[in-house]
Amino acid sequence: MTNIVEIRNLTKTFGEVVANNNVRLDIRQGEILALLGENGSGKTTLMNMLSGIYQPDSGDILINGKKVVIHSPEEAKKLGIGMVHQHFKLIDTLSAADNIWMGTEPEPYYLDEKLAFADKCNPCDATDPKQLSVQKRRNALTRIKLRLGALKYKASSFLKSQPLKKERFRIIDKITGDFGFELDSRKLVSDMAVSEKQTCEIIKVLFYGAKILILDEPTAVLTTQEIRKLFATMRKMKERGCSIVIITHKLNEVLEISDRVAIMRKGEYITTVYTKDADEQLLTELMVGEKVELHIDRPQTDFDRPLLEIRNLTVKNDEGSVAIDDMSFYIRGGEMLGVAGISGCGQKELCEAIAGLRKIESGEINHKGKSLIGLPPKKIIEMGISMSFIPEDRLGMGLAPSMSITDNMMLKTYSEGKFNPFVNRKKARERAKQLIEQLNIVTPSTETPVRRLSGGNVQKVLVGREIESSPNVIITAYPVRGLDINSSYAIYDILNEQKKNGVGILFVGEDLDVMLALCDKIMVICHGKLMGVVHAEKATKEQLGLMMTGALDLQIENAKPYGIAKDSNITEEAHDDNDQ
Amino acid sequence: MNNAIMQIIFTFGEAIRRGTPLLLGTTGEILNEKSGSLNLGVEGTMAVGAITGALLGLATSSMFLALLGAFVGGMFCGLIYAFLTITLKANQNVTGLAITIFGSGLCLFLGETLKSTNKFPAYTTEFFNAMTSGGIPLLKDIPYIGTLLFSYNALVYIAIVIALIVWFYITKTKSGLRMRAAGENPAAADSVGINVDAERYKNIIIGSGIMGLGGVYMALFINNGLWNTDWISGYGWIAVALVIFANWSSARAIWGSYFFGLLLALKSRMPSLASAFPSILSWTTEIPTELFDALPFIVTILVLAISSMKKNKKTGSPAGLGLNYFREER
Repeated sequence: MTNIVEIRNLTKTFGEVVANNNVRLDIRQGEILALLGENGSGKTTLMNMLSGIYQPDSGDILINGKKVVIHSPEEAKKLGIGMVHQHFKLIDTLSAADNIWMGTEPEPYYLDEKLAFADKCNPCDATDPKQLSVQKRRNALTRIKLRLGALKYKASSFLKSQPLKKERFRIIDKITGDFGFELDSRKLVSDMAVSEKQTCEIIKVLFYGAKILILDEPTAVLTTQEIRKLFATMRKMKERGCSIVIITHKLNEVLEISDRVAIMRKGEYITTVYTKDADEQLLTELMVGEKVELHIDRPQTDFDRPLLEIRNLTVKNDEGSVAIDDMSFYIRGGEMLGVAGISGCGQKELCEAIAGLRKIESGEINHKGKSLIGLPPKKIIEMGISMSFIPEDRLGMGLAPSMSITDNMMLKTYSEGKFNPFVNRKKARERAKQLIEQLNIVTPSTETPVRRLSGGNVQKVLVGREIESSPNVIITAYPVRGLDINSSYAIYDILNEQKKNGVGILFVGEDLDVMLALCDKIMVICHGKLMGVVHAEKATKEQLGLMMTGALDLQIENAKPYGIAKDSNITEEAHDDNDQ
Repeated sequence: MNNAIMQIIFTFGEAIRRGTPLLLGTTGEILNEKSGSLNLGVEGTMAVGAITGALLGLATSSMFLALLGAFVGGMFCGLIYAFLTITLKANQNVTGLAITIFGSGLCLFLGETLKSTNKFPAYTTEFFNAMTSGGIPLLKDIPYIGTLLFSYNALVYIAIVIALIVWFYITKTKSGLRMRAAGENPAAADSVGINVDAERYKNIIIGSGIMGLGGVYMALFINNGLWNTDWISGYGWIAVALVIFANWSSARAIWGSYFFGLLLALKSRMPSLASAFPSILSWTTEIPTELFDALPFIVTILVLAISSMKKNKKTGSPAGLGLNYFREER
């Protein structure tokens, strides 16, 4: 197979951060290449240079053996390189078709060339004067036609969106159908689910004729079923001769989909291996640079009385429709309760309601028998309830991107020592240092602005800070979203450590395998409704999958309400504990 | 009764007269904001358009040159703003305020210097006739309706046509789609190969030119071409608020501008109205006239407060408004 892209000795620095150091990489014709590396190893930076977003400091990019300089995404587009970014680049207020189609330039209308061509085709060479005048008249007519055509073309290229409205939906629907996607090209992006947005992004890239597709962590926001579908279309694209680079942290996905795996570590290229010769252990070792244990612990603890009890909770989302519908559950001390559900099923609203950030329509939230309803978030934090929510765009909640790690550490503890008007930066810096060491955060210093760190490292700072404040209930949503294997295990270890200390943990997660191995119980929600609570040891992935889609409702199946503890702090009435 | 009806028609006429510079300023600002630039320099841009247009027009006695001068003067301010915010990535708000200070200062400097040396051009009879005559022939002779709808100078109708063209351009054309993309999410626009900087430059400069037309209207038709230290007198600021009032649609800006024009007209029209309808409006004579001066600004504050309280996701406000775009930013 021939190399379609060759990257030679590319280097890129951001200030003091060396994101890529002498990186080389080959992408072959018609292959799926997985790009693997820990957070902050420079995968995204490398791909951004290939797609024209960043300019390399030094080094060369060769496409089909020819050296190219890619100044902008537009030039990358012309070279057939398309990238689907981790943070979607879509305009919410426009339809899918408009988003895809807006970058098309009208082809210039070559009037002069067409005139010259017409003259060549219709020569005025007849010797008979009668014939000649016919020819001349014909040519004059052709010229007028061409000029009118040019005028019409110019007018229509200015007003293009109206005359071509139907046309563009048709073109885009055709691409959608060809590759086996499902997308309503008329739908507004703001009404789309995450997976639809991603489909829209991929179609956008294909629309511009990309031969080299770069997918940056495409599976991080998808459900298992959606990932299957994505992989099927990726294989279809490969059959059509596209080369695909996929960046992902999930090793099982790498092994399933890719032909070769390129590995990067700390901004440097390590090696490329054939997937068929690799296994999880090997890849992890190459990625981390040392041997690692791949096993998630589930320490057994003695459960306490319920710490946090939720009864008949109803919460509305931003649009005013019901996000959490009459939900009851409880968390005991020393227990990890997983929350499984398709993304956008009310997880965010639930977390916010408990943390006091969202108005509660009805129901009860009790912490050690005391109601939390109506309390300001600060009081709730003081009671020992900590929430860390990692949104899809990671930076969205909890951290101030332009402030340093030290300053972000202080955001939650600034009020310590009420009568001291000055900030204690020394203490915070100590804490930041400790956190960097504990979680292996890759950063030049404690004073680097958080937004300069790579996504995974930002996340470690957020989760680390929440645990720092030694809470007794931890609500954590997607704590390992987009994290590499080493950091994920570090986070699991930290959570388990907290659990052993008697902390109750609500773990909103995405990866069912992880939740089955890590959590004690798993609560499944579907469109804001509780589908049941199962013991992780006894549950299967298939069962959870059915419950997530609403096909299996244990509350109806077993004809009993879930989520009410028999030793509740709220009422004395006896209920069965929610065993299966 | 006849007099009473005429008084009402005159009041609406004054509203349209005073609403026109607002409409031009608002339309220009919509072009700026829809492409992503919160240009607070409307007041200054109008001032520059006013002085360049008025001087050129009065000196040459040509209405066409007056409008051309104003448009070019406005475009010049737009070019400065675009260069600072797009090429040099300066903060948009600060740059906008700088343009306001610069423009108002330039207008004052030129006007005062010429006035003090008695070189401020006075208008010729010919120009005066061009200024005062107007309206659509035949139609303006229809009683009442002709006076109400068809008796204004050409710039009033030009302003409406410009507003409608801008509305059509933004919502219906492909170039408009590209410009909206640059304003909504520049990174997304960039990723499909739209030149965000070019889109913004283009719309800021043309939008500022339109603001300049509003300025020369203020100079020639509101102040009758006579030098006055404050030609624009806050109309530019009202235009900034009107953009929100009109929900970023230049078609809606038409009636929005005339509504604010009515508020501005009340001060001069109220005494006549009060005498025409003594039974209903006699109480208005008790109100100090300063209150009528303040009225448009009070309503502006109310509009801003109400529109910020509205929880409507379907606002026309571009998501990327006020944000400079720098591709390599992390």
